Amino acid sequence: MSTHALEIERVRKVFTRKDRSTRRRFWNRPKSPQVTALKEVNVHVNRGEVFGVLGPNGSGKSTLIRLVSTLLLPDEGSVRVFGHDVEKDPFAVKRMINRVSVDAAFFKKFSPIENLMYAARLYGLQAKDAKPRMIEIMRRLGLKDDTFAQPMEHMSRGMQQKVAVARGFLTSPILLLLDEPTTGLDPHSKRDVQAFVREIRETHDATVLLTTHDMEEADRLCDRIAIIDGGEIIALDTPQGLKNRVPSTNGGETSLEDVFLALTGHGFEEIEAEEVT
Amino acid sequence: MMRSAVREMRGAFAFVERNVNLIKRYWGWEVVWLIYSLVNSLAVTYIGAGMEKISGQPLDTQYLITYLLVGTLIWQYLSVIFYAISEMIAWERWEGTIEYTFMAPVSRPTHLIGTTLFAIGYGIVRTLVILAIVAAFFRLDLGGANLIGAILMLLAGSVSFVGLGILAAVLPLLYPERGAQMTNAVAALLLLISGVYYPVSTLPGWLQTVAAASPATYVIEGLRACLLRGEPTASLLPTIGLLLGIGVIVIIIGLFIFQHVEAYAKRTGRLKRSG
Repeated sequence: MSTHALEIERVRKVFTRKDRSTRRRFWNRPKSPQVTALKEVNVHVNRGEVFGVLGPNGSGKSTLIRLVSTLLLPDEGSVRVFGHDVEKDPFAVKRMINRVSVDAAFFKKFSPIENLMYAARLYGLQAKDAKPRMIEIMRRLGLKDDTFAQPMEHMSRGMQQKVAVARGFLTSPILLLLDEPTTGLDPHSKRDVQAFVREIRETHDATVLLTTHDMEEADRLCDRIAIIDGGEIIALDTPQGLKNRVPSTNGGETSLEDVFLALTGHGFEEIEAEEVT
Repeated sequence: MMRSAVREMRGAFAFVERNVNLIKRYWGWEVVWLIYSLVNSLAVTYIGAGMEKISGQPLDTQYLITYLLVGTLIWQYLSVIFYAISEMIAWERWEGTIEYTFMAPVSRPTHLIGTTLFAIGYGIVRTLVILAIVAAFFRLDLGGANLIGAILMLLAGSVSFVGLGILAAVLPLLYPERGAQMTNAVAALLLLISGVYYPVSTLPGWLQTVAAASPATYVIEGLRACLLRGEPTASLLPTIGLLLGIGVIVIIIGLFIFQHVEAYAKRTGRLKRSG
């Protein structure tokens, strides 16, 4: 088995976008514009590591996560999870991973138990083993028992996201993909999720790939952080290593936000504004 | 090997249980859809009941009623199977769960087996409910019918409709915004050419040629032979064999195309909730 949990080597991903600005017949239609989401990305994530990926919107973070999730195929290069290629051996990869994305995608009218039971069966778990485990995880994340049977559509965004986190952990993945898992959560819920990620990592020996806009979260959780911009990794180091690269702007200790600003040229206000629009 | 089979069976059951839960949660839709189908079946069958008055000629009204009723009920059943399978992608996209389901370690044949098991069970229950209610409106005489042959014919026809459903399910995968509507066009074409409400021989010659390629043509003709004329099972075997053969070929082609289109969707980034 590979010594790395995740090996992303020379990965390139380009998307073709439909150009609706011109209405021409297909034989004289100009070639559709192409958007390069990832340019020659190389990342190696060690086993048991919490590896953060920071970047502005559209920088390629989610594309990277979707490639590891087997939902996208790379145009060039390779992605391997514990030595298994996502393109050649997707089933081996799928058994080892799970993902929590920013949009908690569920069957809206189902209860958390029904949604989690669906996930459990998809991953080949037995109902009698899965049910106590899902209840235990949901309780650990601070969800109350009376919410377990109510429809997801009646739950707040924070509660839904906690169910999404529970679903991600239910199958005991050895590589967990967290794609902005705490975006939009209140501070208390955010802390619950972060504490659970730390606990799982310590007790379960899981590797975590985390994308986030929350610099404090990245600083607190990640062993190493890659900063991605325009589809390229522009810096990769420990949080402290990154901070050492950039002088403080206010005379105090350099924050990850200072690092991000200095390296990408994007402020967080811009990111927040992009998210709202 | 055994562990893997058990895992796949659990995966297939996930889709059965999920679809049953969807029916429970969207029961209002189910009631509306059942009423629509029931009224549709009654309206079509009343055309048969009224034909003598429409034409002013003496006709075998009872035969006409049974002829149309068989057509409408079989179509209800086959279309349920077709839609349940062809909408498996559209439904996931609508609920926003497509990425999660496609990320799970479940093979596409297992996904389809689960969806098919549900579709057949659901189709049978729904068609029996409609039959029970319609039977209260019309006097049905199935005394001379070959019911065993009819069941065999229906099961053989289900196989080919599973294959057609898989082929149609490719459309929402390729066209996230309008793929689901395209499957309606496929169903409408099958309804036109397959002799559901009239003999295929009434169609123009070129459409009759197209009708020969539709498995529904053979299912409906075979079922009418069983239920209206009491055709013995032995004489139905060639048609049942043909339907099974068409079904197996269409399923293999459907799976082959589906897997290639899934890879294309992964390559072009179409495998996401909004498309």
